[in-house]
Amino acid sequence: MEQKHYDVIIIGGGPAGLTAGIYLARAKAKTLILDTGIIGGQMVLTHQIANYPGIESTSGYQLSTTMKKQAKSFGCDIKSNINITGLEIEYQAKAITVNDNQVYTAPAVILATGGRSRMLNIPGETEFKGRGISYCATCDGDFFQDKEIIVVGGGNSALEEAVSLTRYASKVTILHEFDRFQAFQHAIKEAKENPKIDFIMESHITAFQGGEKLEKVTYKNLKTGVVSEKNIDGVFILIGYVPNTEMLKDTAVKLTPRNEIIAGEDLQTNLAGVFAAGDSREKRYRQVTTAVADGTIAALSALEFLHNLKSK
Amino acid sequence: MILQTSLKHIADAEAHSEVLKNNENVMVCCGRMGPMCLPVYDIMEELQEEFPQVEFRDMLFDNPHAAVIRNLPEARSFMGLPFTVYYKNGKVVEATSSIQSKEQITEILNRELN
Ligand SMILES: Cc1cc2nc3c(=O)[nH]c(=O)nc-3n(C[C@H](O)[C@H](O)[C@H](O)COP(=O)(O)OP(=O)(O)OC[C@H]3O[C@@H](n4cnc5c(N)ncnc54)[C@H](O)[C@@H]3O)c2cc1C
Repeated sequence: MEQKHYDVIIIGGGPAGLTAGIYLARAKAKTLILDTGIIGGQMVLTHQIANYPGIESTSGYQLSTTMKKQAKSFGCDIKSNINITGLEIEYQAKAITVNDNQVYTAPAVILATGGRSRMLNIPGETEFKGRGISYCATCDGDFFQDKEIIVVGGGNSALEEAVSLTRYASKVTILHEFDRFQAFQHAIKEAKENPKIDFIMESHITAFQGGEKLEKVTYKNLKTGVVSEKNIDGVFILIGYVPNTEMLKDTAVKLTPRNEIIAGEDLQTNLAGVFAAGDSREKRYRQVTTAVADGTIAALSALEFLHNLKSK
Repeated sequence: MILQTSLKHIADAEAHSEVLKNNENVMVCCGRMGPMCLPVYDIMEELQEEFPQVEFRDMLFDNPHAAVIRNLPEARSFMGLPFTVYYKNGKVVEATSSIQSKEQITEILNRELN
């Protein structure tokens, strides 16, 4: 068992965590970023970012690489693709166990775990991932040239991606659980006016079937209860995001009913020395710019917390 | 276009068969610089140290020579990037479509390329 002490540990290396890392390391706080996946978070999922001020247009990958380089240049330690197997953040000395055999301790922790695509969690979904089921229209659209597909969802990304998928697919059916869409009017209008797009409303997919590839879906009308089948080549699942806060369920950190972290204006949670930043906390607008702002505030609040702790 | 990773790239079909001929264990990730592919390259870069007996390579999906991967019978039903192929003594022992987690990749490496 290996043990190492830091001033601040940041959980999550998306734009929020990386920004906090830049500010803390630059202020000479000993800082560690831990990430279960790739550094950059959802930013890496973005082919093009055109609304990050100061940079006309860049790829999410490029922006992530630069932020990571910046944090490292100030001395921030970064570990990616790790597994957090223990989390004790209730007391003044906080401890995080990684891969069962390394323990990192610190008086302050910043939670910046972001969010991820929601899955349907129904039979066949995992089996046919990459064999007809996709979560990324820009990645896999061209495999569906002249094929029939379904887009599940009713938000902006579902409607916009459905329209863009008509460049490849012969027919796109949007399947949505409600009787109306939660999207901008222009996105709804564009989808409704597209001759290649059809709609199945108030329905849920209940199963995916096929052999080597996806061939068929079963879906149920939620109002009438009628169950139908549809032959299909592909299904794109674009049903929004969930906050990555599962690991906090057994801690005393306060969450909203939607499992978002609750934090005050200084971004401290209900636990002393535990801060939250980025998409994983309760807030209205989730963007790279707002994540970066959160990372700044959480870092500065954590520095103040450390200062007060020392002068006590 | 080239892949901006720190992995060694496979440039063409000839290089592909050279790699298979000269190495017992080979993992090739064939993709683009997209959100489903980047995490897989990242994991491969990290696993190089843990699996010194495995040759880790990537190849650009849009390279015409990537037909050596795209047209594999094992990839017949694949419709998600990246296509990742594991070779033992030049033979395909496992192939996956779309993003995979570090656990999934490690499990395959331990099972097939040890
Ligand atoms: C397809 C798409 C396009 C987008 N386009 C834009 C755009 O054009 N402009 C814009 O401003 N915003 C865009 N966004 C939104 C933007 O990407 C997010 O708001 C931003 O990335 C949130 O940053 P974050 O640091 O809070 O979280 P994330 O970026 O989600 O990063 C969180 C990190 O935490 C890690 N993590 C999760 N759980 C754990 C755990 N238990 N332990 C350790 N680490 C963990 C994850 O691996 C991840 O790396 C887009 C989002 C998506 C999905």
